[in-house]
Amino acid sequence: MSKKTSCIECGGDIGVPEDVVVGEIITCPDCGTDFEVSNVDAKGVSIKPAETVGEDWGE
Amino acid sequence: MKLGLIYDRIRWEEKALATAAEAKGLENNRIDVKEIYLDTDWTPKETQKKFGDVILQRCISYFRGLHTTAFLESKGLKVINNMDVSLTCGNKLLTTMKLEKAKVPTPRTILSFTEESALNSIETLGYPAVLKPVTGSWGRMVVQLKDKETAQAMLEMRGQMEGSLNQIYYVQEMVQRPPRDIRTIVAGDRIIAAIYRYAPDGDWRTNIARGGHGDICKVTSELEDVALRAAETVGGGLLGVDAMESPRGILVHEVNNTVEFKGAASVCSVDIAGEIIDYMLKEARR
Repeated sequence: MSKKTSCIECGGDIGVPEDVVVGEIITCPDCGTDFEVSNVDAKGVSIKPAETVGEDWGE
Repeated sequence: MKLGLIYDRIRWEEKALATAAEAKGLENNRIDVKEIYLDTDWTPKETQKKFGDVILQRCISYFRGLHTTAFLESKGLKVINNMDVSLTCGNKLLTTMKLEKAKVPTPRTILSFTEESALNSIETLGYPAVLKPVTGSWGRMVVQLKDKETAQAMLEMRGQMEGSLNQIYYVQEMVQRPPRDIRTIVAGDRIIAAIYRYAPDGDWRTNIARGGHGDICKVTSELEDVALRAAETVGGGLLGVDAMESPRGILVHEVNNTVEFKGAASVCSVDIAGEIIDYMLKEARR
């Protein structure tokens, strides 16, 4: 959990797993909002709001 | 060989599958279905170049996955699971009908299309009964109808919900089972892992996604027979066959098309992701 990003909802710090990949969902520990990782590079991790669960979602 | 991993959300499973593919020396093309478009003008060769030699369909959205698979198959690509399997497994009624036809034991199910007829249908089944949506997973909107009053309230709520799928009432008998069910992960004609799934405290649903926990399940000859026949009748492939222990033997209640296996991986010593990639490679070379 050495990487970090800031919550675009509340500004809190979100710890990001070392092996994070684009498309993964991370949750802000402060406000509980889910985000999708949109980019990972040397500068850090970018996030965007995650989609809400759809009626047809499942396994 | 290039593996195309199609997703719309990277879960633990997709990471594990990508890691397993890389470990086996496969080129790994991750495709976020939310960021692509599909063009009928593409030639099969162009499509293969963009996507991969064999495609693992892992969309969390049933309809996104189904439509992507339909397109890619029409361009000659091998997609696992194929469109017919996806179509069947993404809809509980279509799955039930296939299970019935193949005489795979499954709970009695009644289908209706209005609140009134649904309420009447439950009288035929008797209380308690279980109301499920025909699409969706993780026990979402799966409701135990203990008595007529509960049924009326739940059906009224469903009737108020938008979306035509919410006006399809799929009601099953409440099976007398222990507080657990069985998840088998099937690859082709083989069970690669099986676990019991125990309901979390305060819930009757056993889904790991709802907080349930797993434990190793010994594969009996009955379980193997029923799970493999269930997988075969929906068309085969990589599947999560869910079953219950009932007084009349093992009953299959669901077959999952983009099976989640985090819970199974946490209790089984089998390398499930590795086994899945091996199965894909075998299928791709057929």
